[in-house]
Amino acid sequence: MPKFLLLKHYGGDPDVRCTPMSEWTPSEVAAHIDFQRDIGRMLTESGEFVDAQGLSSDGVWVRYGGPGEPPVVTDGPFPETKELIAGWFLVDVESAERAYEIAAYASSAPGNGGEPIYERIEVRQVMGAPATVE
Amino acid sequence: MTASVEDLLRGLAPQVLAALTRQTGDFAAAEDAVQEALVEAARHWPADVPDDPAAWLVRVAGRKLLDAVRSDAARRRREQAVASREVPAEPTQQTDDTLLLLLLCCHPSLTATSAVALTLRAVGGLRTGEIAAAFLVPEATMAQRISRAKRTVAASGARFAPPADGERTRRLALVLRVLYLIFNEGYGGAGRVDLVAEAIRLTRGLSALLPDDPEVAGLLALMLLHDARRAARTDARGRLVPLLEQDRGRWDRAEIAEGVAVLQGALRQERRGEYQIQAAIAALHDDAAGAEETDWAQILAWYDELLTVTDTPLVRLNRAVALAEVDGPLVAMDSIEQLDPSVPRLAAVRGHLAELAGDHAAAARFYVEAARRSASSAERDHLLRRAAVAAESSGERLQRGDQTVVQRGVLHLVGEDARQDLQPP
Repeated sequence: MPKFLLLKHYGGDPDVRCTPMSEWTPSEVAAHIDFQRDIGRMLTESGEFVDAQGLSSDGVWVRYGGPGEPPVVTDGPFPETKELIAGWFLVDVESAERAYEIAAYASSAPGNGGEPIYERIEVRQVMGAPATVE
Repeated sequence: MTASVEDLLRGLAPQVLAALTRQTGDFAAAEDAVQEALVEAARHWPADVPDDPAAWLVRVAGRKLLDAVRSDAARRRREQAVASREVPAEPTQQTDDTLLLLLLCCHPSLTATSAVALTLRAVGGLRTGEIAAAFLVPEATMAQRISRAKRTVAASGARFAPPADGERTRRLALVLRVLYLIFNEGYGGAGRVDLVAEAIRLTRGLSALLPDDPEVAGLLALMLLHDARRAARTDARGRLVPLLEQDRGRWDRAEIAEGVAVLQGALRQERRGEYQIQAAIAALHDDAAGAEETDWAQILAWYDELLTVTDTPLVRLNRAVALAEVDGPLVAMDSIEQLDPSVPRLAAVRGHLAELAGDHAAAARFYVEAARRSASSAERDHLLRRAAVAAESSGERLQRGDQTVVQRGVLHLVGEDARQDLQPP
């Protein structure tokens, strides 16, 4: 019943065991994407799926421009950041341990050479409503 | 559909389900059939409500079940048996059947999450979409969750029959646990099924079936005595108001009276258990005209008894709050000294005790930590406000790291009137 957000990041993990995706073969890329789809199917089948999305690697930072001013849109104060969120799975699960299990599986997605990439998946609990009993 | 027709349908659903399950011996198929009939009712009834909704439900669910059985080649043998029997004209009057359904839906082979979902559909008569919306998951996910739950129950060998004598108490305890979890899920939002109301309705039903079970009555009393405070739990701005600060004029006195009556009936049986005791504590709070008139000594005595029934960190934590009122905050702090740091709300209680002891700087630090660990945004916001107040009282600035937590919580350290960073000009 608690919900967790499992966040996949573009690069930024020094321990990931694969080359950059831009260097993979088309079939390796396809296998990686199919794996993500399979996770979605697995979670739907298990009754745990809430949402899954991929994010464009393009993005901006937006800030309030001041009274009467238009929004200020920039590429961000951290142009070298590699920690951009690539996408997420939002799951509704029995416990944190189950969320970690799913994340570990997601982390084993195939990369170049078909080997698991051992990528770090960020796991964050989604805040819910307070319990009725105080 | 009017509310009363909706209620009638939900009340009938488990009876029809029980009748069909008895007839076919196939709980899963019968449950699908009843669910489909309910969906059809929701689709067609608003325009044209039948004169006899009960008979309609029995007929349509029965027909859907026959259709499903006929189309399943593997069940041909059962088809012979079913076709030769008539679907009963009315749901059976065996009220024991609802209890059997509850026991089945709360079978030990199921996780709590699965049992909650299956119970709400099979016994609560709610539609899959309604349950999904209540838990903020897609309908397909909830449908799968419930299908899997039924397969798990079937695979465990559970039958639609009373449990063995020695098993009954344990199995019933699982049912009470599930009902309590549904109740605790909360009030949800506009347009979503009120799970608190559902929990109370189901527990009322169970209590009527088992009038001599004091723990069932205790659970019902507990629910009523907490639900009575509903209107006072949030202020006009939607912020959480803790028990001791609530406007008691907004409590539902009739609901409190009912809860007290139910509890007294249970306690008279002299077979106390955790739900009766928790209800007794709630009743003492509800009885006090104001926070300062709370009978803390009696509440502490109840917590001491609760510890003999179930000694958990959470009980020790709640007891500490009462203990502080009776023997002072330092004694209370000692009582929770050994608790594991990962116990939920430990930091929040430590903050409260530090505040009572006059150590506002420590209180502020505890509240910030509690806010970090909180799983509900309403609770987190409340804790951050308390941190701000405590920090101000202490005259000390919070550590830089704690300030960041507070600022990320969209608050400034300016007493109770928090300004939001995102406020438009």
